[in-house]
Amino acid sequence: MTTVEEVLGLGDDALVAAQRLAQWTARAHELEEDVALANIALDQLGAARLLLSYAGELEGAGRDEDALAYLRDDREFRNVLLVELPNGDFAVTVAKLLFLAAYQRDRYRQLAAGEDERLAGIAGKTVKESAYHLDHAALWTLRLGDGTAESHRRMQSAVDEIWPYTYELFEGNELRPGWLATVEPVLAEATLTRPDDGGWAPRGGREGRHTEHLSYLLAELQVLHRAHAGASW
Amino acid sequence: MSGAFEVAARVVDPELRVVTIAELGILRAVDTDRDRAVVTITPTYSGCPAMDVIRDDVAAALRAEGWADVTVVTKLSPAWTTDWIAESGRAKLAAAGIAPPGPVAGSGPVSLGLPGRRPDPPRCPHCGSVETEELSRFGSTACKSLWRCRACAEPFDHLKAL
Repeated sequence: MTTVEEVLGLGDDALVAAQRLAQWTARAHELEEDVALANIALDQLGAARLLLSYAGELEGAGRDEDALAYLRDDREFRNVLLVELPNGDFAVTVAKLLFLAAYQRDRYRQLAAGEDERLAGIAGKTVKESAYHLDHAALWTLRLGDGTAESHRRMQSAVDEIWPYTYELFEGNELRPGWLATVEPVLAEATLTRPDDGGWAPRGGREGRHTEHLSYLLAELQVLHRAHAGASW
Repeated sequence: MSGAFEVAARVVDPELRVVTIAELGILRAVDTDRDRAVVTITPTYSGCPAMDVIRDDVAAALRAEGWADVTVVTKLSPAWTTDWIAESGRAKLAAAGIAPPGPVAGSGPVSLGLPGRRPDPPRCPHCGSVETEELSRFGSTACKSLWRCRACAEPFDHLKAL
């Protein structure tokens, strides 16, 4: 049986990732990258809409995608901490996207073959998009890691900074070995050191315990809807 | 009244205006019952902003031809693939300077080898050369990437295999 919490987790990951990526719009280092990050944000938003709509139906309390996106407080969000972390420099954004997309691709692939037909339909679509996101992040990881001394230093620092937050992705699933098999060769080819396991592993997002960054992100995401309740274009 | 499917099939894609939604494989089915029409479409990408416009265009086209009660249903599964784009659509895309997608590799989204490795490059829609290079994985819309031809130096859009 699919639970509301499970679908909210998937939908909130996508929604918060979309909002973070959209913050790059008009700020990336080149026009092509601006467009790329906005496109990836749009894919994430599309996934979030489908998933939150389904979560609302499962819950059966009459909440639609908008009610769930705009009218919940931070403690009610079920996303992992990784997606709410600030964008940092471009290397941090690339590290976040690499780790998230590798996880989302495998998670969606699993759901696409699962018993819940509704979720399988959504995941069958989004898995293809995640593969493109992963591809994009992997290309940048190689370019920055195996680039100049400065780009290497920054990419390594980003990987080290984000790595502790990846453990939370695998709560309640067995996807980490497969994820490592995707991520490790990319890091190796990019001449980056894969951080050691056994260190700090922050968690709590799936239970609604977030970093303060989510509160600020939601304030920006929700302010218009809350200020003009029920307004439409 | 002409056939409802034919009417819906003539609607052009709002972002790729040289091809129809039928040629793109977005239009899946049209069921009619007297003046009622139920149209089933499938999105290309889950966040594709053109879907709202397509929905409105399909409904408007059918109403103009006499179907009073039009419902447009979105169906996700089976997921859209560029393999559904008709040959006529591919030819029109190429003629408009958009390199059509190659076949989707394998049966699923499993990429071979390391992520980030390029598949066979598309042919330049202007001069036909295969000496092309990717400028950006994501182009003016989610479904396109941006390329340049090394032979004729022209940039072009490529509809990504999905």
